[in-house]
Amino acid sequence: MSQPTAAVSPGKSVWDGGTSPMGASYGKLMMWFFLMSDAFTFSGLLITYGLVRTSNPAYTGTVKDFFMSTAHWPIPEKVFEAVPFLHGVELPLVFVGIMTFILIMSSVTMVLAVEAGHRMDRLAVEKWMLWTILGGLTFLSCQAWEWTHFIIGTDNGTLIKEFVNGQWVERTIYGANLVENQYGPPAFADFFFFITGFHGFHVFSGVLLNFLIFYNTVTGVYERRGHYEMVEKVGLYWHFVDLVWVFVFTFFYLV
Amino acid sequence: MAHQEPQVMVLPPDKEKIKKLWRVAGILLIITVIEFIIAFTLPHGAAKTFLFVLLTIVKAGYIVGEFMHLRYEVKVLFWAVLVPMIFVVWMLVAFVYEGTKIISY
Repeated sequence: MSQPTAAVSPGKSVWDGGTSPMGASYGKLMMWFFLMSDAFTFSGLLITYGLVRTSNPAYTGTVKDFFMSTAHWPIPEKVFEAVPFLHGVELPLVFVGIMTFILIMSSVTMVLAVEAGHRMDRLAVEKWMLWTILGGLTFLSCQAWEWTHFIIGTDNGTLIKEFVNGQWVERTIYGANLVENQYGPPAFADFFFFITGFHGFHVFSGVLLNFLIFYNTVTGVYERRGHYEMVEKVGLYWHFVDLVWVFVFTFFYLV
Repeated sequence: MAHQEPQVMVLPPDKEKIKKLWRVAGILLIITVIEFIIAFTLPHGAAKTFLFVLLTIVKAGYIVGEFMHLRYEVKVLFWAVLVPMIFVVWMLVAFVYEGTKIISY
């Protein structure tokens, strides 16, 4: 609900009060500033990932001959290649591609809900909010599966050599946790859990907020209020979650 | 309870606007498909990374500009959001460069 900047009487500045100098309501402006601070947090995580990744030895061979070792940073497409119900089939990045598709689509349904809100069309807002909630829940389910797969690991695991009590011993490790990781250096798994986990937590809280908006729409709160600006504010948050995923997808899965 | 629901004026859907939103969605999906093609055809290296970052920025531009409506906001809000992000990009470049100078065993 873009509120036009009110006319200012001569000799007074727009910043003297009584108007919205930035053309956005208080709530929307604060949502923007909150999203800025959230963007800094995510940037912090991704920048640290970049620092640690480049300071670790990279895998130098060809993609075809790639093998997992804790000694070099893995090629993401060789780590994330599993798809539910297709055990043993190598489908690099397909599942994460589906997740990206789901999140982008739920962003589209959100913006359609905002558009319906501008027209005071309660039924359309309800419809599009439901689709958005469904998209968010589907994304979260996909992520739960991906985490489970990542934690359990591959069939063969990775053989590591370690120095225990003064001698070298060999041991196979499966999957990853915060201390050991079959796919690469432990830091790789740590960043996977922290970055996708922090993003997933945002999706989770986004779904809760979307549900709240849906509930208030159904009970007619916004209709009585006369505007659907809350849909717009929560919409900003939801698009931001989608935006962060675009960056996580590039910097964690593609590069 | 004879509760009277308030009468509201429901406006008809803005066909033009909705068409535009779906077009943006199409662009976002096409860029993602292009990223996939690049991921499996080009050799790993600086050029590939550069392409990915470029396409990501294009996608981010569409999401923030169209979906979040920032393109149509007042200029002061637009720049208040965009300018701090330029410093974040600098921070990323600086740290990734520093990372290559750290030797870790």
